[in-house]
Amino acid sequence: MSELPKPVASDALAPADPPADPWAELRSLTPARIALGRSGASLPTREVLAFGIAHAQARDAVHAALDVDALATALQPLGLPIIRTRSAAETRSAYLARPDWGRRLSPSSRDALEALARSDGPEVLLVIADGLSAVAPQRHASALISALLPQLDGLRIGPLVIATQARVALADEIAECFGAQLVVCLIGERPGLSSPDSLGAYITYAPKIGTTDEARICISNIRPEGCAIGDAATLIAASLRAAFKARRSGVALREPSKALAGDASTAAALSDQKP
Amino acid sequence: MTYHATVGIYRYVFGSLAELLAKASPMRSGDALAGVAAASAEERMAARCALADLPLTAFLDEALIAYEADEVTRLIVDTHDATAFATLRSLTVGGFRDWLLSDAASSAVLAAVATGITPEMAAAVSKLMRNQDLILAAKKMHVVTAFRSTIGLPGRLAIRLQPNHPTDDARGILAATLDGLMYGAGDACIGINPASDEMPKLRRLWDMLDALIARYEIPTQSCVLAHVTRQIEAIELGAPVDLVFQSVGGTEGLNKSFGINLALLREAQEAALSLKRGTVGNNVMYFETGQGAALSANAHHGLDQQTCEARAYAVCRAFQPLLVNTVVGFIGPEYLFDAKQIIRAGLEDHFCGKLLGLPMGVDVCYTNHAEADQDDMDTLLTLLGAAGVNYVMGVPGADDVMLGYQSTSFHDGLALREMLGLKHAPEFESWLQRLQLIDAQGRLQDARSLQALPLHEAINQLGDGLKR
Repeated sequence: MSELPKPVASDALAPADPPADPWAELRSLTPARIALGRSGASLPTREVLAFGIAHAQARDAVHAALDVDALATALQPLGLPIIRTRSAAETRSAYLARPDWGRRLSPSSRDALEALARSDGPEVLLVIADGLSAVAPQRHASALISALLPQLDGLRIGPLVIATQARVALADEIAECFGAQLVVCLIGERPGLSSPDSLGAYITYAPKIGTTDEARICISNIRPEGCAIGDAATLIAASLRAAFKARRSGVALREPSKALAGDASTAAALSDQKP
Repeated sequence: MTYHATVGIYRYVFGSLAELLAKASPMRSGDALAGVAAASAEERMAARCALADLPLTAFLDEALIAYEADEVTRLIVDTHDATAFATLRSLTVGGFRDWLLSDAASSAVLAAVATGITPEMAAAVSKLMRNQDLILAAKKMHVVTAFRSTIGLPGRLAIRLQPNHPTDDARGILAATLDGLMYGAGDACIGINPASDEMPKLRRLWDMLDALIARYEIPTQSCVLAHVTRQIEAIELGAPVDLVFQSVGGTEGLNKSFGINLALLREAQEAALSLKRGTVGNNVMYFETGQGAALSANAHHGLDQQTCEARAYAVCRAFQPLLVNTVVGFIGPEYLFDAKQIIRAGLEDHFCGKLLGLPMGVDVCYTNHAEADQDDMDTLLTLLGAAGVNYVMGVPGADDVMLGYQSTSFHDGLALREMLGLKHAPEFESWLQRLQLIDAQGRLQDARSLQALPLHEAINQLGDGLKR
């Protein structure tokens, strides 16, 4: 007869939840995920789930479609005409794989905009784009624009253009169609693990197809937990007036950049975090 | 010169060596974006058949980027070691694969031929190799380097502790560093990607890491991953610089977009060597690379991204680096679309770098717009562990809050050690044992049962600062 299993020693019983590490108080010093505790070599269940939620939110943000009707309804009270456009990237998958397609208008959007073109272009054109997170413009674009418009007093503002499957540079082609002197592209940034709804504002003076990123002013991380909506509106208005005064936009006028010129990873982030 | 192969009734013709290599490359989005990928799966196999029959000497006869036009080409040609190549001279690319996987290619023989192999030969043969081949061949290649710790010995794995903070807050960085050390990470280096480029802020980071390493006699090296010109400037200002970092690429144009050239890297290496801060070795350089960078800088000359990447390793090996890593999944889905492409690229880069004699690590990573997740990173990390990767990253909770991407965590390092029985760098292992952070078998001790360790003093000092 086989021996009966011995009772499990009490200290080998599974603990309810692996504790955080004794230095958990240091967490207030950094947003990094420190003092997580461990289950053997691995993360405690609670941390696996917390990370999983953050990644799920970021993934959903990347793949969410912009609800253009809802956005247009939210923008309606601002009193500007609203125009809908789309890029040449027909699906989200194509959009992610081919940034070059996301930078150009679809033929039908191009035709529609050219039909609208007038000889006296606006001084400022606002383009609201889904970019890599439709959640960002969906949540923040109307509040940002309503905070911004009063600060653009005296400037001739064009219609509000909503663009889907759009990269930043799509705004250049749109602005060219309208003959706009300056374009502000409000676009969903690549979602981080704890920032699925971060909006970026790219200001380009004398925009035209082929404009490169050195010629833009960028204000990024616009969301309640980052650069607050009101602050962002003030920054955009100030940058825009500086660009009109200097008759150019770009690196020289930009806020100190986080990117380091020589770091491939950061250089890639520049070309990449930017939708 | 043209190359051709017949599959069934169709004869495929390839107009140049660059086209042949590009079309033989496993499918990836960056090559499609560049317009250099094979148009069909059959064309890809035809290119591989033609490539397999090509003599290795073809790469000595034809430069992919003209010698006159590109200093990386000149470096490759001028430093080619014909004596080391003698063993391989009669082989075709297909024969080279067979040889690499054979018992004749022992660790010692592979080390001896490394300087005879050009990046293009390495890239070419990798295109004929399955993932399994890339792992088995790399596993035989041991590239050992040293500064205050010795990295790359068989059966060992090192971790770069990456304690980044979105605003370079010194206490935040120190908190993440102590967290990593308590998890036994940091033997490859403690390397900070700074958010700022201002010298006073950078200087504070060098000074802080230097003080930490000195105070607790940690057998590791620090690095602040600013632009190389900043690091040279810091050395001139008397900053305690251990390793000099720079991102590098496989074409002169890409390096120009990074604001560097070979002469600048030479100057940086000489400056770092002049400080004589290493104790067990003098490998002072740290390089990062990654497929797709050349295309993103429009400096790829019609080459496929994996061949461009292999050429970057020629730049690295000219400077006897301590560490080289490919930041494989960072660049995004327009270059490596999904986990399948990221995993393949990680194994290719590790293999090619090792074959050329480099101390390869891999930043096993992804961004949120790529089709990849933690499961995929587990797969790549495990495969690289099996392939004998020199080091990987250690980021708190795998979430880099400064660069905004997901890399490997301190826990991932522990998991890989446990799975494959991998030990720390020997000097770091002794240090961890002396501090009772690991036991004689290298297993991490329960932090709650540890009392009054030296590192606890640092943690408490940092914690006390919070209370005041």
